[in-house]
Amino acid sequence: MNLARRDIRHNLPRFLLTCLGLGLLLGIVITMMGIYRGSLDDALRLVRSVDPDVWVVEAGTQGPFAEASRIPGDTREMVARVYGVERAGAVTYQTMKALLAGRPLRMFLVGYELGRPGGPPPLAAGRGILRSHYEMIVDQSSGIGLGQEVTLGTRDRVFTVVGVTRAQVTSAGDPLAYVTLADAQALQFELAPPVERREVARRGAGTETDIVNAVVADLAPFVRQAEVAAAMRRWKHLSALTRPEQEQLVSQFVIEKQRKQIGMFMVLLVIVSAVIIALIIYTLTMDKLRAIATLKLIGAPDRTIIGLIVQQALAMGVIGFISGLLLVMATHEYFPRRVVLLPGDVAVLFAIVLGVCLLASGLGVRVAVKVDPSKALEG
Amino acid sequence: MQSAAAPVPVPPLVPVPPLVPVPPLVPVRPLVEVRNVSKHFGQGPTRVDALVDVSIEVLPGQVVGLLGPSGSGKSTLLHVIGCIREPDSGWIRLGDDVVYDNGWQRRDLRRLRLERIGFIFQTHNLLGFLTSTENVAEVIELAGGSASEAHRRAVELLEYLGIGHRKNASPSQLSGGEAQRVAIARALANRPRIVLADEPTAALDQQRAGVVMDLLRKVAQDHQAAVIVVTHDDKIFDRFDRIFRLRDGRLVSPPSISGLVAMSQAG
Repeated sequence: MNLARRDIRHNLPRFLLTCLGLGLLLGIVITMMGIYRGSLDDALRLVRSVDPDVWVVEAGTQGPFAEASRIPGDTREMVARVYGVERAGAVTYQTMKALLAGRPLRMFLVGYELGRPGGPPPLAAGRGILRSHYEMIVDQSSGIGLGQEVTLGTRDRVFTVVGVTRAQVTSAGDPLAYVTLADAQALQFELAPPVERREVARRGAGTETDIVNAVVADLAPFVRQAEVAAAMRRWKHLSALTRPEQEQLVSQFVIEKQRKQIGMFMVLLVIVSAVIIALIIYTLTMDKLRAIATLKLIGAPDRTIIGLIVQQALAMGVIGFISGLLLVMATHEYFPRRVVLLPGDVAVLFAIVLGVCLLASGLGVRVAVKVDPSKALEG
Repeated sequence: MQSAAAPVPVPPLVPVPPLVPVPPLVPVRPLVEVRNVSKHFGQGPTRVDALVDVSIEVLPGQVVGLLGPSGSGKSTLLHVIGCIREPDSGWIRLGDDVVYDNGWQRRDLRRLRLERIGFIFQTHNLLGFLTSTENVAEVIELAGGSASEAHRRAVELLEYLGIGHRKNASPSQLSGGEAQRVAIARALANRPRIVLADEPTAALDQQRAGVVMDLLRKVAQDHQAAVIVVTHDDKIFDRFDRIFRLRDGRLVSPPSISGLVAMSQAG
């Protein structure tokens, strides 16, 4: 006879309410894990959406994401001529603020050369950029739809949205927007008319605008990334990073503190959950002390009593975890940041919760095993 | 002249079988035998001698009472017989097994309690999350019975004790008398030869107390079990075959049952 199941059945409303409370707590743990994974994924997504074999950046920098990098626009032609490089494209990255229906919207603007590496990933809707100017592709998380117009820059240039991507955001949660390299350079370097008049008067000429942040290169099959990167580093004014190096930089430096912060918070939440589970199980055990003493008196072996406590603890953990997971799955779309739930992460967290339940039930088991059977005979 | 009468032939002696066969006398062996058991609690000035050289015997089919004022050692003696507490010295046999012999104690006492001893408590102590049937069946399953067999026997026992109609009720739905009868059914679940009852009628009125004692008598007779009842309840003094009276941990000469009844009536 399964005593744990029958005890749960007897106190079903109280047990379910306890599980629901635990589920809310575990839901927060799952959400934090999802936010952590989402931040990491967002940061790497920017790198992976371009997915070049080699990043060419300014010498002495670890750009363009970990730190600023500025190189001449014609670097792309130099890179394209290096042995092993199949295709190369210049890219710029900058954060811009757009006005959307009077509401400011911060976006991460990517400038790329049409038909070259560095552009958007496959689109969720619309088409790619075909005109040299004033067309834009945005992520759907921006809330901007196809055909909508977006005003950018100090000279209020109006861009028309022709394509929409899905889940392309930065580690800060800003949606990505793609424009042509020329437009991006204009937005990056053009000044407000009065400021430009002053600059022209001071220098007597316009400023150099053919600057890009990086050149991305796709290599021919069977060409080693490290060898091409090493060849490019021989140019004193350039540095080169392979794709794994760039991903490592992003995950280690760009979101390192955020990652640690969320990780610490998750660990604290797991500890708090463990303490709460232990207290709940301890209280449930204390409520049953007389029943446990009776069981011992009539001859029930310890394994029956331990089974009663441990099975209830595990049931609580499983039901709490599933309710927490369902809650997060139902609400994660409404979070301002992306919440990414990977099956592997969920499985690991589930195993941790089961482990915590087993450990937490130890306190109750300890009390139960020490109960004197003669307690059942007390009036 | 008359001739001498011929002698009457005497038939040979034929052994006549007795009308009623008389079996040879066989001494009945006690089911519970306690010899010179002592038990104390505490040390030095706080030492309390709960039992001092107590010896009792209970035969199969007997219902005996353990009487005495509070603190006299009745419950301690019940705990010692029930293998819940280890005595300091003495010798105890339950059925065919010696369970304690001057410092040596049998190891598998929990199993022994499960299979050989039935406990009845002052408050019924039924598991609140099980129905009447499940409370009884659980004990059978713990002893290794299958679920179906346990359920069948549990229902049988409840019907035997006249409470079959409450087999699916939870303890909170039972009256005090009904709950106590379920507790008796649970105590009998594994067909124990020894039943220990600690104040089984304390929470019941006179009528229900009488019913419970009748049931214990029935159990003793039907199963040839030894039933030991600890009680303060003067309403049931006349229900025992034998009474052991304890005072300050010592067994004192028991007054006759009629004397006890007279004392209780005198107030």
